[in-house]
Amino acid sequence: MATIVQFENIGLRYGLGAETLSDLNFSLEQGQFYFLTGASGAGKTSLLKLLYLAQRPSRGAIRLFGTDVVTMARTRMPGFRRRIGVVFQDFRLVPHLSAHDNIALPLRIAGVPEAQLQGPVDEMLHWVGLSDRATALPATLSGGEQQRAAIARAVIGRPELLVADEPTGNVDMEMAARLITLFEALNKLGTTIVVATHDFNLLGKVTDARMMRLDRGRLVDPTGMLRYPPRIEPVEPPRW
Amino acid sequence: MVRKAVKAGSPEDRLLPQGRLSGPMPWIIAIMTFLTVLACSAGIALQQGAATVADAVANRLTVQVVEPEATRRETDVLRILKNLDGMPAIKRISPVPRDVLVRQLEPWLGRDIAAADIPIPALIDVDLAVSGAQAEAAAWDITRRVDAVSTKAHVQPHAAYLEPVALLVRAIGGLAYAIVALMAIATGCAVVLAARAAHATHRGTIEIMHMLGATDRQVMRLFQRRMTLDVSFGALLGLLVAVAVILLVGRSLSLLANDLVSSAGLPDWGWVVLPLLPLAFVGLAWIAARMTLQRALARSL
Repeated sequence: MATIVQFENIGLRYGLGAETLSDLNFSLEQGQFYFLTGASGAGKTSLLKLLYLAQRPSRGAIRLFGTDVVTMARTRMPGFRRRIGVVFQDFRLVPHLSAHDNIALPLRIAGVPEAQLQGPVDEMLHWVGLSDRATALPATLSGGEQQRAAIARAVIGRPELLVADEPTGNVDMEMAARLITLFEALNKLGTTIVVATHDFNLLGKVTDARMMRLDRGRLVDPTGMLRYPPRIEPVEPPRW
Repeated sequence: MVRKAVKAGSPEDRLLPQGRLSGPMPWIIAIMTFLTVLACSAGIALQQGAATVADAVANRLTVQVVEPEATRRETDVLRILKNLDGMPAIKRISPVPRDVLVRQLEPWLGRDIAAADIPIPALIDVDLAVSGAQAEAAAWDITRRVDAVSTKAHVQPHAAYLEPVALLVRAIGGLAYAIVALMAIATGCAVVLAARAAHATHRGTIEIMHMLGATDRQVMRLFQRRMTLDVSFGALLGLLVAVAVILLVGRSLSLLANDLVSSAGLPDWGWVVLPLLPLAFVGLAWIAARMTLQRALARSL
Protein backbone atom coordinates (compact mmCIF):
# COMPACT_ATOMS: atom_id res chain seq x y z
CA MET A 1 0.00 0.00 0.00
CA ALA A 2 1.21 3.50 -0.79
CA THR A 3 2.45 5.70 1.99
CA ILE A 4 0.41 8.85 2.27
CA VAL A 5 2.16 10.43 5.27
CA GLN A 6 5.68 9.98 6.50
CA PHE A 7 7.14 11.56 9.64
CA GLU A 8 10.91 11.44 10.08
CA ASN A 9 12.52 12.54 13.37
CA ILE A 10 9.81 15.08 13.95
CA GLY A 11 10.08 17.39 16.92
CA LEU A 12 7.72 20.23 17.77
CA ARG A 13 8.45 22.96 20.23
CA TYR A 14 6.24 25.97 21.01
CA GLY A 15 8.39 29.00 21.74
CA LEU A 16 11.32 28.26 24.02
CA GLY A 17 9.57 25.52 26.01
CA ALA A 18 10.29 21.82 26.05
CA GLU A 19 9.41 19.76 23.00
CA THR A 20 5.73 18.94 22.80
CA LEU A 21 6.42 16.20 20.28
CA SER A 22 9.72 14.38 20.10
CA ASP A 23 11.35 11.95 17.68
CA LEU A 24 8.22 10.96 15.82
CA ASN A 25 8.92 8.39 13.15
CA PHE A 26 5.97 6.77 11.49
CA SER A 27 4.14 6.45 8.23
CA LEU A 28 0.46 6.23 7.36
CA GLU A 29 -0.70 4.05 4.55
CA GLN A 30 -3.25 5.06 2.04
CA GLY A 31 -6.74 3.73 2.77
CA GLN A 32 -6.00 2.77 6.37
CA PHE A 33 -7.96 3.71 9.47
CA TYR A 34 -5.89 4.97 12.42
CA PHE A 35 -6.82 5.79 15.97
CA LEU A 36 -4.52 8.12 17.84
CA THR A 37 -4.82 7.80 21.58
CA GLY A 38 -3.09 9.22 24.56
CA ALA A 39 -3.78 11.08 27.74
CA SER A 40 -4.75 14.74 27.72
CA GLY A 41 -1.66 16.81 26.99
CA ALA A 42 0.13 13.89 25.35
CA GLY A 43 0.37 15.86 22.10
CA LYS A 44 -2.48 14.38 20.05
CA THR A 45 -3.79 17.74 18.84
CA SER A 46 -0.24 18.95 18.08
CA LEU A 47 0.40 15.86 15.98
CA LEU A 48 -2.87 16.35 14.13
CA LYS A 49 -1.95 20.00 13.50
CA LEU A 50 1.21 18.82 11.79
CA LEU A 51 -0.91 16.44 9.73
CA TYR A 52 -3.37 19.06 8.55
CA LEU A 53 -0.66 21.66 7.93
CA ALA A 54 -1.64 24.09 10.66
CA GLN A 55 1.83 23.88 12.13
CA ARG A 56 5.36 23.32 10.89
CA PRO A 57 7.60 21.07 12.98
CA SER A 58 10.65 22.49 14.74
CA ARG A 59 12.75 19.74 13.23
CA GLY A 60 12.50 16.69 11.04
CA ALA A 61 10.76 16.02 7.75
CA ILE A 62 7.15 15.37 6.86
CA ARG A 63 6.20 13.95 3.51
CA LEU A 64 2.55 14.31 2.66
CA PHE A 65 1.18 12.82 -0.54
CA GLY A 66 4.81 12.29 -1.53
CA THR A 67 5.86 15.90 -1.05
CA ASP A 68 8.05 17.44 1.63
CA VAL A 69 5.63 19.86 3.27
CA VAL A 70 8.09 21.26 5.82
CA THR A 71 10.11 23.17 3.27
CA MET A 72 7.23 23.66 0.86
CA ALA A 73 6.30 27.26 -0.03
CA ARG A 74 3.16 28.42 1.76
CA THR A 75 1.58 29.31 -1.56
CA ARG A 76 1.38 25.58 -2.30
CA MET A 77 -0.31 24.77 1.02
CA PRO A 78 -3.93 25.41 -0.07
CA GLY A 79 -3.75 22.73 -2.74
CA PHE A 80 -2.62 20.20 -0.14
CA ARG A 81 -5.14 21.34 2.45
CA ARG A 82 -7.98 20.73 0.01
CA ARG A 83 -6.98 17.08 -0.01
CA ILE A 84 -7.32 16.90 3.77
CA GLY A 85 -10.56 16.98 5.75
CA VAL A 86 -10.32 18.23 9.32
CA VAL A 87 -12.70 17.85 12.24
CA PHE A 88 -11.46 20.31 14.84
CA GLN A 89 -11.78 19.58 18.52
CA ASP A 90 -13.56 22.92 18.99
CA PHE A 91 -15.51 22.46 15.72
CA ARG A 92 -14.41 25.84 14.30
CA LEU A 93 -17.64 26.49 12.48
CA VAL A 94 -17.82 29.97 10.95
CA PRO A 95 -20.14 31.67 13.44
CA HIS A 96 -22.07 33.87 11.01
CA LEU A 97 -22.70 31.12 8.47
CA SER A 98 -25.62 28.72 8.68
CA ALA A 99 -25.02 25.00 9.08
CA HIS A 100 -25.73 24.67 5.35
CA ASP A 101 -23.16 27.32 4.39
CA ASN A 102 -20.59 25.94 6.80
CA ILE A 103 -20.89 22.51 5.22
CA ALA A 104 -20.78 24.02 1.72
CA LEU A 105 -17.68 26.07 2.52
CA PRO A 106 -14.98 23.60 1.36
CA LEU A 107 -16.76 23.11 -1.96
CA ARG A 108 -17.15 26.86 -2.46
CA ILE A 109 -13.48 27.37 -1.67
CA ALA A 110 -12.64 24.67 -4.18
CA GLY A 111 -14.67 26.57 -6.75
CA VAL A 112 -17.54 24.11 -7.16
CA PRO A 113 -20.38 25.92 -8.98
CA GLU A 114 -23.45 26.65 -6.86
CA ALA A 115 -25.64 24.49 -9.07
CA GLN A 116 -23.47 21.44 -8.39
CA LEU A 117 -23.09 22.15 -4.73
CA GLN A 118 -26.63 21.84 -3.48
CA GLY A 119 -27.01 18.09 -3.94
CA PRO A 120 -23.96 17.06 -1.92
CA VAL A 121 -24.71 19.59 0.82
CA ASP A 122 -28.33 18.44 1.17
CA GLU A 123 -27.20 14.85 1.21
CA MET A 124 -24.59 15.54 3.86
CA LEU A 125 -27.07 17.51 5.98
CA HIS A 126 -29.46 14.59 5.79
CA TRP A 127 -26.70 12.15 6.55
CA VAL A 128 -25.67 13.86 9.79
CA GLY A 129 -29.30 14.50 10.72
CA LEU A 130 -29.22 18.27 10.32
CA SER A 131 -31.63 18.75 7.41
CA ASP A 132 -34.11 20.58 9.59
CA ARG A 133 -31.34 22.73 11.08
CA ALA A 134 -29.79 23.81 7.77
CA THR A 135 -30.45 27.50 8.28
CA ALA A 136 -29.46 27.56 11.94
CA LEU A 137 -26.37 29.47 12.96
CA PRO A 138 -23.74 27.57 14.95
CA ALA A 139 -24.54 29.51 18.13
CA THR A 140 -28.05 28.08 18.06
CA LEU A 141 -26.90 24.51 17.50
CA SER A 142 -26.23 22.13 20.37
CA GLY A 143 -22.69 20.82 20.91
CA GLY A 144 -23.56 17.57 19.21
CA GLU A 145 -25.16 19.34 16.26
CA GLN A 146 -22.13 21.56 15.87
CA GLN A 147 -19.91 18.52 15.90
CA ARG A 148 -22.00 16.80 13.26
CA ALA A 149 -21.90 19.94 11.09
CA ALA A 150 -18.11 20.07 11.53
CA ILE A 151 -17.82 16.42 10.48
CA ALA A 152 -20.06 16.97 7.48
CA ARG A 153 -17.89 19.92 6.46
CA ALA A 154 -14.75 17.82 6.80
CA VAL A 155 -15.97 14.94 4.67
CA ILE A 156 -18.04 16.71 2.01
CA GLY A 157 -15.05 17.23 -0.25
CA ARG A 158 -14.19 13.50 -0.22
CA PRO A 159 -10.71 14.18 1.20
CA GLU A 160 -7.83 11.78 0.68
CA LEU A 161 -6.91 12.15 4.33
CA LEU A 162 -9.41 12.82 7.10
CA VAL A 163 -8.07 14.05 10.41
CA ALA A 164 -10.53 14.17 13.30
CA ASP A 165 -9.76 15.46 16.76
CA GLU A 166 -12.11 13.88 19.30
CA PRO A 167 -14.96 13.74 16.78
CA THR A 168 -17.34 11.93 19.09
CA GLY A 169 -16.63 13.90 22.22
CA ASN A 170 -19.94 15.73 22.24
CA VAL A 171 -22.37 13.22 20.79
CA ASP A 172 -24.32 10.39 22.33
CA MET A 173 -23.34 6.79 21.77
CA GLU A 174 -25.82 6.25 18.97
CA MET A 175 -24.56 9.29 17.03
CA ALA A 176 -20.97 8.28 17.78
CA ALA A 177 -21.64 4.90 16.22
CA ARG A 178 -23.23 6.57 13.17
CA LEU A 179 -20.26 8.88 12.76
CA ILE A 180 -17.80 6.03 12.99
CA THR A 181 -19.86 4.19 10.39
CA LEU A 182 -19.55 7.27 8.17
CA PHE A 183 -15.81 7.31 8.66
CA GLU A 184 -15.64 3.62 7.84
CA ALA A 185 -17.66 4.19 4.69
CA LEU A 186 -15.31 6.96 3.65
CA ASN A 187 -12.37 4.74 4.51
CA LYS A 188 -13.74 2.04 2.24
CA LEU A 189 -13.86 4.63 -0.54
CA GLY A 190 -10.12 5.08 -0.10
CA THR A 191 -9.85 7.93 2.39
CA THR A 192 -7.15 7.53 5.01
CA ILE A 193 -8.64 8.30 8.42
CA VAL A 194 -6.87 9.46 11.54
CA VAL A 195 -9.10 9.84 14.58
CA ALA A 196 -7.71 11.17 17.83
CA THR A 197 -9.74 9.96 20.75
CA HIS A 198 -9.57 8.78 24.30
CA ASP A 199 -12.84 6.95 24.01
CA PHE A 200 -11.65 3.34 24.25
CA ASN A 201 -15.12 2.07 23.34
CA LEU A 202 -14.61 3.57 19.91
CA LEU A 203 -11.44 1.65 19.20
CA GLY A 204 -13.10 -1.71 18.94
CA LYS A 205 -15.81 -0.48 16.63
CA VAL A 206 -13.63 -0.31 13.56
CA THR A 207 -12.26 -3.57 12.35
CA ASP A 208 -8.77 -3.41 10.87
CA ALA A 209 -8.11 -0.03 12.47
CA ARG A 210 -4.56 0.62 13.58
CA MET A 211 -3.73 2.37 16.79
CA MET A 212 -1.05 4.88 17.66
CA ARG A 213 -0.50 5.99 21.21
CA LEU A 214 1.21 9.15 22.30
CA ASP A 215 2.77 9.54 25.70
CA ARG A 216 4.32 12.88 26.60
CA GLY A 217 4.95 13.70 22.98
CA ARG A 218 6.40 10.36 21.93
CA LEU A 219 4.82 7.50 20.05
CA VAL A 220 4.76 4.46 22.31
CA ASP A 221 3.46 0.96 22.42
CA PRO A 222 -0.28 1.22 21.86
CA THR A 223 -1.05 -1.42 24.44
CA GLY A 224 0.98 0.40 27.06
CA MET A 225 2.31 -2.91 28.27
CA LEU A 226 5.65 -3.22 26.50
CA ARG A 227 8.74 -1.88 28.14
CA TYR A 228 10.50 -1.28 24.82
CA PRO A 229 7.70 -0.46 22.42
CA PRO A 230 8.15 -0.32 18.66
CA ARG A 231 8.49 3.25 17.48
CA ILE A 232 8.18 3.20 13.75
CA GLU A 233 5.19 1.11 12.72
CA PRO A 234 1.86 1.41 14.49
CA VAL A 235 0.56 -1.98 15.57
CA GLU A 236 -2.87 -3.52 15.45
CA PRO A 237 -5.11 -2.32 18.28
CA PRO A 238 -5.97 -4.83 20.98
CA ARG A 239 -9.40 -6.38 20.94
CA TRP A 240 -11.43 -5.40 23.95
CA MET B 1 -36.85 22.40 1.42
CA VAL B 2 -33.34 23.23 2.45
CA ARG B 3 -32.42 25.12 -0.68
CA LYS B 4 -35.23 27.64 -0.29
CA ALA B 5 -34.53 28.16 3.37
CA VAL B 6 -30.92 29.19 2.85
CA LYS B 7 -30.22 32.89 3.19
CA ALA B 8 -30.19 34.90 -0.01
CA GLY B 9 -27.18 36.80 -1.36
CA SER B 10 -24.05 35.63 -3.08
CA PRO B 11 -22.08 33.02 -1.12
CA GLU B 12 -19.00 35.24 -1.10
CA ASP B 13 -21.04 38.08 0.43
CA ARG B 14 -21.93 35.82 3.33
CA LEU B 15 -18.37 34.84 4.18
CA LEU B 16 -17.69 38.10 5.99
CA PRO B 17 -20.28 38.98 8.60
CA GLN B 18 -20.40 42.78 8.43
CA GLY B 19 -23.07 44.55 6.45
CA ARG B 20 -21.77 46.42 3.45
CA LEU B 21 -22.05 49.88 4.94
CA SER B 22 -21.47 49.02 8.55
CA GLY B 23 -18.63 50.48 10.55
CA PRO B 24 -17.14 53.94 10.34
CA MET B 25 -15.04 53.30 7.23
CA PRO B 26 -17.45 54.70 4.57
CA TRP B 27 -18.14 57.77 6.67
CA ILE B 28 -14.45 58.46 7.30
CA ILE B 29 -13.79 58.17 3.58
CA ALA B 30 -16.79 60.42 2.84
CA ILE B 31 -15.39 63.13 5.15
CA MET B 32 -11.88 62.73 3.73
CA THR B 33 -13.16 62.96 0.16
CA PHE B 34 -15.35 65.95 1.00
CA LEU B 35 -12.41 67.86 2.50
CA THR B 36 -10.03 66.80 -0.26
CA VAL B 37 -12.36 67.84 -3.05
CA LEU B 38 -12.93 71.19 -1.32
CA ALA B 39 -9.19 71.72 -0.80
CA CYS B 40 -8.42 70.76 -4.38
CA SER B 41 -11.12 73.02 -5.81
CA ALA B 42 -9.84 75.87 -3.60
CA GLY B 43 -6.32 75.25 -4.87
CA ILE B 44 -7.42 75.24 -8.51
CA ALA B 45 -9.63 78.31 -8.07
CA LEU B 46 -6.96 80.30 -6.25
CA GLN B 47 -4.29 79.46 -8.81
CA GLN B 48 -6.74 80.43 -11.51
CA GLY B 49 -7.57 83.69 -9.70
CA ALA B 50 -3.92 84.52 -9.17
CA ALA B 51 -3.17 83.86 -12.82
CA THR B 52 -6.13 85.98 -13.98
CA VAL B 53 -5.18 88.89 -11.76
CA ALA B 54 -1.53 88.63 -12.76
CA ASP B 55 -2.52 88.63 -16.45
CA ALA B 56 -4.82 91.59 -15.91
CA VAL B 57 -2.26 93.78 -14.17
CA ALA B 58 0.91 92.60 -15.84
CA ASN B 59 0.62 95.08 -18.74
CA ARG B 60 -0.84 98.04 -16.92
CA LEU B 61 0.81 100.94 -15.17
CA THR B 62 -0.23 104.23 -13.64
CA VAL B 63 1.59 107.53 -13.80
CA GLN B 64 1.03 109.47 -10.60
CA VAL B 65 1.64 113.24 -10.60
CA VAL B 66 1.93 114.47 -7.00
CA GLU B 67 2.45 118.15 -7.73
CA PRO B 68 0.53 120.11 -5.00
CA GLU B 69 -0.03 123.17 -7.15
CA ALA B 70 -3.11 122.53 -9.34
CA THR B 71 -2.16 124.51 -12.43
CA ARG B 72 1.33 123.10 -12.60
CA ARG B 73 -0.12 119.59 -12.04
CA GLU B 74 -2.47 120.05 -15.04
CA THR B 75 0.42 121.26 -17.13
CA ASP B 76 2.58 118.29 -16.11
CA VAL B 77 -0.20 115.88 -17.02
CA LEU B 78 -0.59 117.43 -20.46
CA ARG B 79 3.17 117.37 -21.05
CA ILE B 80 3.41 113.73 -19.97
CA LEU B 81 0.54 112.79 -22.28
CA LYS B 82 2.23 114.57 -25.12
CA ASN B 83 5.58 112.98 -24.33
CA LEU B 84 4.16 109.47 -24.26
CA ASP B 85 1.87 109.92 -27.22
CA GLY B 86 2.84 107.83 -30.21
CA MET B 87 4.90 105.27 -28.32
CA PRO B 88 4.34 101.95 -30.15
CA ALA B 89 4.41 99.98 -26.87
CA ILE B 90 1.39 101.86 -25.55
CA LYS B 91 -2.03 100.55 -26.48
CA ARG B 92 -4.11 103.08 -24.58
CA ILE B 93 -3.35 106.08 -22.40
CA SER B 94 -5.96 108.07 -20.51
CA PRO B 95 -5.94 110.46 -17.57
CA VAL B 96 -8.24 109.44 -14.73
CA PRO B 97 -11.00 112.08 -14.42
CA ARG B 98 -10.84 114.09 -11.21
CA ASP B 99 -14.44 113.23 -10.23
CA VAL B 100 -13.56 109.52 -10.37
CA LEU B 101 -10.64 110.14 -8.01
CA VAL B 102 -12.82 112.18 -5.69
CA ARG B 103 -15.44 109.42 -5.61
CA GLN B 104 -12.77 106.83 -4.75
CA LEU B 105 -11.38 108.96 -1.93
CA GLU B 106 -14.78 109.84 -0.44
CA PRO B 107 -14.93 106.84 1.94
CA TRP B 108 -11.72 108.02 3.61
CA LEU B 109 -11.76 111.79 3.24
CA GLY B 110 -15.48 112.55 3.28
CA ARG B 111 -17.94 114.11 0.82
CA ASP B 112 -16.49 117.61 1.05
CA ILE B 113 -13.19 116.61 -0.45
CA ALA B 114 -13.98 118.37 -3.74
CA ALA B 115 -14.60 121.68 -1.96
CA ALA B 116 -11.71 121.27 0.45
CA ASP B 117 -8.33 122.55 -0.51
CA ILE B 118 -6.72 119.10 -0.48
CA PRO B 119 -4.26 118.44 -3.28
CA ILE B 120 -5.26 115.24 -5.05
CA PRO B 121 -2.58 113.69 -7.25
CA ALA B 122 -3.40 113.33 -10.92
CA LEU B 123 -3.38 109.79 -12.34
CA ILE B 124 -2.80 108.61 -15.88
CA ASP B 125 -3.67 104.98 -16.73
CA VAL B 126 -1.46 103.32 -19.32
CA ASP B 127 -2.23 100.00 -21.03
CA LEU B 128 0.71 98.45 -22.80
CA ALA B 129 0.48 96.69 -26.12
CA VAL B 130 3.38 94.41 -25.22
CA SER B 131 4.03 91.90 -22.46
CA GLY B 132 6.85 90.13 -20.68
CA ALA B 133 10.33 91.53 -21.18
CA GLN B 134 9.06 93.98 -23.76
CA ALA B 135 6.61 95.35 -21.17
CA GLU B 136 9.44 95.79 -18.70
CA ALA B 137 11.48 97.66 -21.31
CA ALA B 138 8.48 99.81 -22.18
CA ALA B 139 7.87 100.61 -18.50
CA TRP B 140 11.49 101.62 -18.14
CA ASP B 141 11.22 103.86 -21.25
CA ILE B 142 7.99 105.45 -19.95
CA THR B 143 9.62 106.10 -16.57
CA ARG B 144 12.53 107.82 -18.31
CA ARG B 145 10.17 110.02 -20.35
CA VAL B 146 8.00 110.89 -17.33
CA ASP B 147 11.08 111.78 -15.27
CA ALA B 148 12.17 114.11 -18.06
CA VAL B 149 8.91 116.06 -17.68
CA SER B 150 8.60 116.24 -13.89
CA THR B 151 10.45 115.01 -10.88
CA LYS B 152 7.13 114.87 -9.00
CA ALA B 153 5.64 112.26 -11.33
CA HIS B 154 6.10 108.54 -10.62
CA VAL B 155 5.39 105.46 -12.68
CA GLN B 156 3.81 102.55 -10.81
CA PRO B 157 3.47 99.20 -12.64
CA HIS B 158 0.35 97.49 -11.26
CA ALA B 159 2.15 94.16 -11.10
CA ALA B 160 4.60 95.63 -8.61
CA TYR B 161 2.03 96.36 -5.92
CA LEU B 162 -0.26 93.44 -6.72
CA GLU B 163 2.58 90.92 -6.82
CA PRO B 164 2.49 90.28 -3.03
CA VAL B 165 -1.25 89.60 -3.29
CA ALA B 166 -0.73 87.24 -6.20
CA LEU B 167 2.07 85.54 -4.29
CA LEU B 168 -0.18 85.12 -1.25
CA VAL B 169 -2.97 83.71 -3.39
CA ARG B 170 -0.53 81.32 -5.03
CA ALA B 171 0.81 80.28 -1.62
CA ILE B 172 -2.70 79.56 -0.35
CA GLY B 173 -3.37 77.59 -3.52
CA GLY B 174 -0.18 75.60 -2.94
CA LEU B 175 -1.25 75.01 0.64
CA ALA B 176 -4.55 73.64 -0.64
CA TYR B 177 -2.68 71.18 -2.84
CA ALA B 178 -0.53 70.19 0.14
CA ILE B 179 -3.75 69.51 2.06
CA VAL B 180 -4.89 67.28 -0.80
CA ALA B 181 -1.66 65.31 -0.56
CA LEU B 182 -1.96 65.03 3.23
CA MET B 183 -5.57 63.89 2.90
CA ALA B 184 -4.50 61.19 0.45
CA ILE B 185 -1.88 59.98 2.94
CA ALA B 186 -4.42 60.10 5.79
CA THR B 187 -6.89 58.15 3.68
CA GLY B 188 -4.27 55.52 2.93
CA CYS B 189 -3.50 55.26 6.66
CA ALA B 190 -7.21 55.01 7.52
CA VAL B 191 -7.63 52.19 5.03
CA VAL B 192 -4.55 50.40 6.39
CA LEU B 193 -5.96 50.64 9.93
CA ALA B 194 -9.38 49.50 8.76
CA ALA B 195 -7.85 46.56 6.89
CA ARG B 196 -5.82 45.58 9.95
CA ALA B 197 -8.88 45.84 12.17
CA ALA B 198 -10.94 43.81 9.71
CA HIS B 199 -8.21 41.20 9.56
CA ALA B 200 -8.04 41.03 13.35
CA THR B 201 -11.83 40.82 13.65
CA HIS B 202 -12.11 38.03 11.10
CA ARG B 203 -8.92 36.19 11.99
CA GLY B 204 -10.94 33.15 13.10
CA THR B 205 -12.87 32.96 9.86
CA ILE B 206 -9.68 33.46 7.84
CA GLU B 207 -7.94 30.66 9.73
CA ILE B 208 -10.83 28.31 9.06
CA MET B 209 -10.84 29.26 5.40
CA HIS B 210 -7.10 28.66 5.19
CA MET B 211 -7.48 25.28 6.84
CA LEU B 212 -10.14 24.38 4.30
CA GLY B 213 -7.77 25.23 1.47
CA ALA B 214 -8.57 28.85 0.70
CA THR B 215 -5.72 30.74 -0.94
CA ASP B 216 -4.53 34.17 0.20
CA ARG B 217 -5.94 35.50 -3.04
CA GLN B 218 -9.43 34.19 -2.22
CA VAL B 219 -9.32 35.71 1.26
CA MET B 220 -7.97 39.02 -0.03
CA ARG B 221 -10.61 39.19 -2.72
CA LEU B 222 -13.31 39.01 -0.06
CA PHE B 223 -11.82 41.84 1.97
CA GLN B 224 -10.93 43.96 -1.01
CA ARG B 225 -14.40 43.68 -2.44
CA ARG B 226 -15.93 44.75 0.86
CA MET B 227 -13.47 47.59 1.36
CA THR B 228 -13.77 48.81 -2.22
CA LEU B 229 -17.55 48.95 -1.83
CA ASP B 230 -17.25 50.87 1.45
CA VAL B 231 -14.66 53.29 0.07
CA SER B 232 -16.62 53.79 -3.17
CA PHE B 233 -19.75 54.65 -1.24
CA GLY B 234 -17.86 57.07 1.02
CA ALA B 235 -15.98 58.66 -1.87
CA LEU B 236 -19.14 59.16 -3.93
CA LEU B 237 -21.00 60.66 -0.97
CA GLY B 238 -18.09 62.98 -0.17
CA LEU B 239 -17.83 64.07 -3.81
CA LEU B 240 -21.54 64.84 -4.12
CA VAL B 241 -21.63 66.93 -0.94
CA ALA B 242 -18.41 68.73 -1.89
CA VAL B 243 -19.71 69.57 -5.37
CA ALA B 244 -22.92 70.92 -3.83
CA VAL B 245 -20.88 73.12 -1.48
CA ILE B 246 -18.61 74.31 -4.32
CA LEU B 247 -21.62 75.26 -6.43
CA LEU B 248 -23.20 77.13 -3.51
CA VAL B 249 -19.98 78.98 -2.64
CA GLY B 250 -19.33 79.73 -6.31
CA ARG B 251 -22.79 81.20 -6.66
CA SER B 252 -22.26 83.38 -3.59
CA LEU B 253 -18.85 84.56 -4.80
CA SER B 254 -20.14 85.40 -8.23
CA LEU B 255 -22.46 87.93 -6.60
CA LEU B 256 -19.48 89.80 -5.16
CA ALA B 257 -18.27 92.65 -7.37
CA ASN B 258 -14.63 92.01 -6.63
CA ASP B 259 -12.15 91.40 -9.42
CA LEU B 260 -9.95 89.04 -7.43
CA VAL B 261 -12.80 86.99 -5.98
CA SER B 262 -14.82 86.80 -9.17
CA SER B 263 -11.76 85.76 -11.13
CA ALA B 264 -11.16 82.81 -8.76
CA GLY B 265 -13.61 80.50 -10.51
CA LEU B 266 -13.21 76.81 -11.24
CA PRO B 267 -12.10 76.32 -14.86
CA ASP B 268 -13.64 73.58 -17.00
CA TRP B 269 -10.67 71.27 -16.53
CA GLY B 270 -11.18 71.65 -12.76
CA TRP B 271 -14.58 69.95 -13.07
CA VAL B 272 -12.82 67.05 -14.78
CA VAL B 273 -10.14 66.81 -12.09
CA LEU B 274 -12.49 66.81 -9.07
CA PRO B 275 -14.34 63.53 -9.88
CA LEU B 276 -10.95 61.90 -10.43
CA LEU B 277 -10.07 62.46 -6.76
CA PRO B 278 -12.62 59.95 -5.38
CA LEU B 279 -11.54 57.50 -8.07
CA ALA B 280 -7.95 57.98 -6.94
CA PHE B 281 -9.09 57.38 -3.35
CA VAL B 282 -10.76 54.11 -4.32
CA GLY B 283 -7.59 53.03 -6.14
CA LEU B 284 -5.45 54.07 -3.20
CA ALA B 285 -7.70 52.20 -0.77
CA TRP B 286 -7.59 49.12 -2.96
CA ILE B 287 -3.80 49.12 -3.01
CA ALA B 288 -3.48 49.92 0.72
CA ALA B 289 -5.95 47.18 1.68
CA ARG B 290 -4.23 44.67 -0.57
CA MET B 291 -0.74 45.39 0.75
CA THR B 292 -1.91 45.34 4.38
CA LEU B 293 -3.77 42.06 4.00
CA GLN B 294 -1.00 40.50 1.97
CA ARG B 295 1.44 41.28 4.75
CA ALA B 296 -0.94 40.04 7.46
CA LEU B 297 -1.75 36.81 5.62
CA ALA B 298 1.90 36.13 4.88
CA ARG B 299 2.49 35.87 8.63
CA SER B 300 0.13 32.91 8.88
CA LEU B 301 1.08 29.42 7.72
